[in-house]
Amino acid sequence: MSNPIPVKIVVAGGFAVGKTTFVTSISDIDPLTTEAAMTKVSEGVDNLGDALGKKSTTVAMDFGRVALSEELILYLFGTPGQDRFHFMWDELVRGAIGACVVVDTSRVEDCFAAVDYMERSGVPFIVAINAFDGMLRHHPEDVREALDIPAHVPVVVTDCRHRAAVRDTLVALVRHAMMMAHQPA
Amino acid sequence: MSDDALNAGAAFRVRPYLLTGGRTRSVVDLPIEALVRSTPMGHRALENLSHERRDIVSLCAEPQSVAEISARLNIHLQVARVLVGDLVQAEQVAIHTASTDTTTRRPDLQLLEKVLDGLQAL
Repeated sequence: MSNPIPVKIVVAGGFAVGKTTFVTSISDIDPLTTEAAMTKVSEGVDNLGDALGKKSTTVAMDFGRVALSEELILYLFGTPGQDRFHFMWDELVRGAIGACVVVDTSRVEDCFAAVDYMERSGVPFIVAINAFDGMLRHHPEDVREALDIPAHVPVVVTDCRHRAAVRDTLVALVRHAMMMAHQPA
Repeated sequence: MSDDALNAGAAFRVRPYLLTGGRTRSVVDLPIEALVRSTPMGHRALENLSHERRDIVSLCAEPQSVAEISARLNIHLQVARVLVGDLVQAEQVAIHTASTDTTTRRPDLQLLEKVLDGLQAL
């Protein structure tokens, strides 16, 4: 029995922009939700006493799973939307192939934080404009300009509800990651 | 994510770590996507394991990520990680992760090519 290998792609973007829909469209399973306690744990608390008395919140992350072959499993993790959960993003991008930042062109500004984060973290990322039923309110290059996306970062059009569109978006990201691996930034 | 999802954990502010004896860190480095598979030794020990550990060993007869263990057994991610770490040390589960590039710590080119092939075949 061969041992499968896991790989991970992060699906980022503003609140309610279609990240979970994106994951659902391609996942083999109904997306699952994992909850992490947002204590100071990530800063190195190593016993319960330190965690007591601190206000802790739970952050929920939706994710899906796609079997790419018998020995390759792709996990797609949606980032928690709010800025205060960025501590969780570090965990998500660590070792990831890359990230797709989903953009709703009616609220382009909602994904500033995600684009900014991905740029700083150095993870390969692409920007995916969610076009409902092919309705594109803005030209991709206008979105690139509005978000100040560097020239080497692909800006693609997707439709979070359609499996083929989501697959093509993931293909674009993996190709970009391969190019980045050839010529590290 | 709704506010309900945010608040759902409020009742468990302290309790999650009771399962781990108060420990919040795993003894092994476990990425969220690391695949966990139970070992023959784990299966043999099944009857003697406490509830959550037994659940993990049972669930991982088929490989599951740390995230899936957390989601399917409804335990916090950090708790799942500590418990899996213990099971790894006891050799009751084994961990499988991707081969990464030594400098970028990301999947290497060879692996990316396989991912691309897999996606294109979907």
